[in-house]
Amino acid sequence: MARKLPSKDVVIIGLGWTGSILANELTDAGLEVTAIERGPWRDTATDYAPNFAQDELRYRIRHELFLRPDQTTFTFRNKMSDTALPIRTWGAFMPPNGVGGGGVHWNGETWRFLPSDFVLKTHLTQRYGARFLPPDMTIQDWGVTYEELEPYYDRFEYLCGTSGTAGNLRGEIQQGGNPFEGPRSRPYPNPAQVQPFSHALFAKAATGLGYKPFPQPSGNMSQAYRNPLGVRLGPCTYCGFCEWFGCANYSKASPQTTILPVLVRKPNFQARDNSEVTRINTDSTGKRATGVTFVDSGGIEWEQPAEMVILAAYTIFNVQLLLLSGIGQPYDPASNQGVIGRNFTHQTISDVTSFFDNTKFVFNPFIASGSIGMCIDEFNGDNFDHGPHGFVGGGYMGQVQTNGRPIETTPVPPGTARWGAKWKQAVRENYLSALKPGTGVHGSMYSYRDVYLDLDPTYRDRLNRPLVRITMDFHDNELKQNHFLTDKFAEIFQAMGAREVAREYRKGPYDITKYQTTHLCGGAVMGTDPRTSALNRYLQSWDIPNLFVMGASAFPQNAGYNPTGTVAALAYWSADVIRNQYLKNPGQPLHA
Amino acid sequence: MPRMALPAYATKMVCAMGALVLSTNAAANPLASGQDTAQIERGRYLTAVGDCVACHSDPSTGREFAGGRPIETPFGVVASPNITPDQQTGIGGWSAQDFDNALRRGKRPDGTHLYPAMPFPYYTRMTRQDVDDIRAYLSTVTPIHNQVEVNRLPFPFRIRGLMSFWDWLYFKPGDFKPDSGQSPQWNRGAYLVQSLGHCAACHTPKGRLGGDRDGHSLQGYSLQGWFAPDITNDERRGLGQWSTEDIVEYLKKGHNRYSGASGPMAEEVVHSSSRMTDADLAAIATYLKSEVGEQESGSVLAADDPQMKAGKAIYQDLCSACHRQDGSGSPYLIPSLARSPAVESDEPTSLLRVVFQGAQTAATGDEPTAPSMPAFGWQLNDAQVAAVTTYIRNTWGHAASAVSQSAARQAREALKPRPN
Repeated sequence: MARKLPSKDVVIIGLGWTGSILANELTDAGLEVTAIERGPWRDTATDYAPNFAQDELRYRIRHELFLRPDQTTFTFRNKMSDTALPIRTWGAFMPPNGVGGGGVHWNGETWRFLPSDFVLKTHLTQRYGARFLPPDMTIQDWGVTYEELEPYYDRFEYLCGTSGTAGNLRGEIQQGGNPFEGPRSRPYPNPAQVQPFSHALFAKAATGLGYKPFPQPSGNMSQAYRNPLGVRLGPCTYCGFCEWFGCANYSKASPQTTILPVLVRKPNFQARDNSEVTRINTDSTGKRATGVTFVDSGGIEWEQPAEMVILAAYTIFNVQLLLLSGIGQPYDPASNQGVIGRNFTHQTISDVTSFFDNTKFVFNPFIASGSIGMCIDEFNGDNFDHGPHGFVGGGYMGQVQTNGRPIETTPVPPGTARWGAKWKQAVRENYLSALKPGTGVHGSMYSYRDVYLDLDPTYRDRLNRPLVRITMDFHDNELKQNHFLTDKFAEIFQAMGAREVAREYRKGPYDITKYQTTHLCGGAVMGTDPRTSALNRYLQSWDIPNLFVMGASAFPQNAGYNPTGTVAALAYWSADVIRNQYLKNPGQPLHA
Repeated sequence: MPRMALPAYATKMVCAMGALVLSTNAAANPLASGQDTAQIERGRYLTAVGDCVACHSDPSTGREFAGGRPIETPFGVVASPNITPDQQTGIGGWSAQDFDNALRRGKRPDGTHLYPAMPFPYYTRMTRQDVDDIRAYLSTVTPIHNQVEVNRLPFPFRIRGLMSFWDWLYFKPGDFKPDSGQSPQWNRGAYLVQSLGHCAACHTPKGRLGGDRDGHSLQGYSLQGWFAPDITNDERRGLGQWSTEDIVEYLKKGHNRYSGASGPMAEEVVHSSSRMTDADLAAIATYLKSEVGEQESGSVLAADDPQMKAGKAIYQDLCSACHRQDGSGSPYLIPSLARSPAVESDEPTSLLRVVFQGAQTAATGDEPTAPSMPAFGWQLNDAQVAAVTTYIRNTWGHAASAVSQSAARQAREALKPRPN
């Protein structure tokens, strides 16, 4: 029997980006808010100080900041006919854990999705006809438009101090920015970061090929910044320890460096760390959430009653909690009915490694930041005519190399010995003159009927809960897309003067051991029809009006960008409607 | 009334009820009869200026004014007494004269002496009106029953009678004497610094028995494992390079373009100076800028000194990413080593402490970030810490004594019982 705590106005599950944003907005509205976080409290000086943060073995190889698979994991299979097995070492993605969530270890790449991304089904059908889309593709419109989200993208960028060059200011295309982006209401709060040699060289070659390169929008500060909440960030030092690491220099936007210093001062905010929510509780009607049950680090079970529940965990955990709490109809791919677990997606990433004459090119790859890079957007979304190519979707591509860290940065030309003196010699010769962007081609993954999440029938975690089962494979559309984009990408490195360009196409089957990104999306998607979406366009549960679900789990399909900017914009959009509409008549469904 | 809006409204109700309960208490308390809300409000402000809450609250329970906080003195530890209006364990039974005797004469109602951990040698210069205002405010706070064993000193200091000897040596009772040759603002600053603000309690060097050294007012003093720096206008060790606006901002926000408050000063900012009016802070800054200080030039160490060379290498490797090559840091976030008074202090106590142990700066409403310096004691040995602090003290125009390896070792030892 769980011990019962005094009731709160709001309980938030997970204190990452969206949990922090919602907590700050709802405490500003005068509500009593408790956030419950599975992992530990983390802050800069004690958890990733500059005299130990740059430790590739500890943080990158041994995954210090991430969830431990013995806490909980997932099972995986490619096809519905396979038997899923538990993941025992993280590979394709890195589940976050702890206060700040993925906002601690991300690179800071802060993109907006294209206006057409939000109306994808309508847009593609109008341009190419319904028959152009693969029959088992289940893409749909989001129910919210870019124009509606623009003010909220803007809020997040100003919260973070995003460094970048605007490409479209109120409809006017700007030199040096991304000409394909949707109109933005004002410039980025900070100028773009200065680009190191290889990134600048990429831009020059891309320009020569007729493209319009622009600096990747970055949550790494190009200069000192004070955000609208009064929190300070310092200039980035280009240390090259960004993704997988916490920033030791207060230079990367994270909940810790933008919101939490203000939030923790508020008397109406409370946070519980090392406490894992196991269930969202509902009343006897099943139509109202009454709070959550959680387990503390001593294994003691508690009930936190609340008037309103905000589910703000990572994609898969959002879906898991909905399934375990019996909220919404679980998705069944056989009947194509149900919504929880439906339209699960990831990303389609590939890369090229290029080798240059080491007597002429010294790139010093260790001088970098997490979101450094020059990109082109000519092959993203529907920025180009897909008609001749027989696929839909796309991605940005760029020289976005974020580091030259010693354990992983050992590029050698194809055909080199895999070990021994010859391999060492090749590493020495190529370390400073080879380029490997990491996520050079950042492609979309659209949704399919047989890619989904459900509860595993066999495997359970330490709390005896069924693990989430991932069923995922690449479809021909994404593999074709990737082949096309990777070739375009390789051409630019050739134009830079590379001696040799090795193309590493993304190939099927989907491999759970190879890192792509941590951009898992979908499973509890937003939309306009309760038969195909778990949430309405305000991220409110169709079934439980006092439950809102944040995060990329709401994406009906994934675009060719990093998701954080859109995740945060949706959080602000939802917070705004909660403050201005929902609270006037709480517990009721919001209407479009 | 929508359901979700209820709690915010209810909070206001509880506040109103709380005020009601308090006033009922106050009415029952003879001290507070005939309440004067303007006087209580003045007293609330003066209580913040005097930072009474810092010492008179127990950090383990957070109960304000209930006493129990251990206060380090050069002779041992005393605990702060309960100053809530509780009749048995607080000061609820004290008359106005009793309260005045304690604050301005260092005497308890039974005639025995207070230990000078209570800054009565400074409070003696307060006006009687200010004393009465503080008492009026304290009589409205919630009475807390909390018996505090104040005297935890070793023999012979635990004999209170000895304090009459101390008073004879050091205590100079008397009112604040305005200087008619100075502006009203300067005089207000002098009054705040010398009396209620009791800045000298930490910042003025002390003699062997803990009394202020004559002629060295506000020139810096080591206590509680920190060095409270010179806050005169001394160009090298004091506030000479800061404008009055810099000083005001530091006191108000805990941060200015050059530095951030940490250690006991962070506590002072949070509880006291961040709650003061801009006019009072400007007055304090004006007064401090007028205190000339020693203005003694130091001699700079040569750049090819072996400690300087080693220190430079360590600085480049470990410090320059945040504090920058030129020691300028990042305004309001990373302190400027080039413009921070603590760096060139004759005693490098604070500098060594911050390097060994790290420190968190003050969080205030204006500057909530509260950035931290990480600890380097686990990474650098004594010789390396001595070298890098020597380098910092003799670069960017600085000139201060070298830090020896043995001084670093002693500082490391001294910090062992003082974890952050």
